[in-house]
Amino acid sequence: MVSHRSLTQIFTAPLVIAIVSTVGLISALVGDGWWDAVSWAGLGLPVLLYVHFIWRRQPN
Amino acid sequence: MLLLCITGLPLIFHEQIDDLLHSQVKPADVPPGTPPANLDRLLGSALEQASGKVPHFLIWDRDDPSAMFVSVGPTIDADPTNNLLIRMDTHTGAYLDAPDVTGRFTYIMLKLHTDMFAGQSGKLFLGLMGILFCVAIISGIVVYAPSMRKLRFGAYRAQRTRVVRWLDVHNLAGILLVAWTLVVGFTGVINTWADLVLKMWQFGQLAEMTAQYKDRPVPSKLTSLNAAVEVATHAVPGMTPSFVAFPGTLFSSKSHYAVFLHGDTPLTSRLLKPALIDAETGKLTDTRDMPWYVTTLFVSQPLHFGDYGGMPLKIVWALLDILTIFILVTGVYLWMRRRRAGVSQERAIANAASLDNPALSS
Repeated sequence: MVSHRSLTQIFTAPLVIAIVSTVGLISALVGDGWWDAVSWAGLGLPVLLYVHFIWRRQPN
Repeated sequence: MLLLCITGLPLIFHEQIDDLLHSQVKPADVPPGTPPANLDRLLGSALEQASGKVPHFLIWDRDDPSAMFVSVGPTIDADPTNNLLIRMDTHTGAYLDAPDVTGRFTYIMLKLHTDMFAGQSGKLFLGLMGILFCVAIISGIVVYAPSMRKLRFGAYRAQRTRVVRWLDVHNLAGILLVAWTLVVGFTGVINTWADLVLKMWQFGQLAEMTAQYKDRPVPSKLTSLNAAVEVATHAVPGMTPSFVAFPGTLFSSKSHYAVFLHGDTPLTSRLLKPALIDAETGKLTDTRDMPWYVTTLFVSQPLHFGDYGGMPLKIVWALLDILTIFILVTGVYLWMRRRRAGVSQERAIANAASLDNPALSS
């Protein structure tokens, strides 16, 4: 168990993810091809992280 | 909100669902480079299929360059939302079909999603719900901090009781999706204002552009539609026509064809630019970029629909929507549980946290 965490500690990861998703939201608007791929990755990241965190802790 | 998320899910794939559920007449196969049919001829054969009706709009199909639509209503000032859409072949100018879409699954979902069959007031109500959704997200960010004081990022306490597990799911999915839910929520709110934005444009820029025509009578005979579109595409080089509004409709004056053109990048293909063609002389009256409030609406549409990055983006959009449903369901559960037990969420967390720490629980 982690002891009390500061606001910076709590919000660093969410902030990074929010920035990555925002880049993902915008990039497909800017162009096609690679820009689309950046968008899929940027917005796919939160979904992957969700699956990762939920399954990681299940022992069986 | 749950209704919006659930009805929104099939709407992400509305084209695929329509293709699957409803067969439609295929346009003729033509070799690449085939020139489009003359629009006056195309319009003529469309109107043969709808006697007594008048054309409101001529619309190019965004997804299928070999099809276009003629939107017809009983009179020129009739409500266009009840119009019949006649599908025409772009290259041959032949009639394809005119399906009644109002019984379709996707149409019902769309109505439930946009106005719950309650017209403008339904739209504004859902807009208000959207605003509350955004407020809830922001307050969620605020209470995320005390919830996570003793937990690592991404903590999911799988061995704990359901309330703790669901709280973790709620916190985790909520914080991971914060940017997406805020953007989709807020752009959805902007979309509910579309009719107001249209009215503002009508009385603002459109009125300005057509000021000198204000007192002129309605032209008795309209000039060639085909020529009007040609004049417009020459006046705005590099852009392609998206739709034409006939004189007397919401999107034009009484004396003009309004040809709306779009660019060719994902972003500029959403930004329409009107070119007004005098329907009596066939000459260009004016063409201007849309004011900022219309541009905002145009940009907010793809960001709400998720239809701007191919099929993979649609799939990601659907997954994010499903996670949002999780957030809503767990959120309602936690709220009801708190009401029933009179125990605050914070206390539940504190108790759960102390169980993790033997030193505190003894």
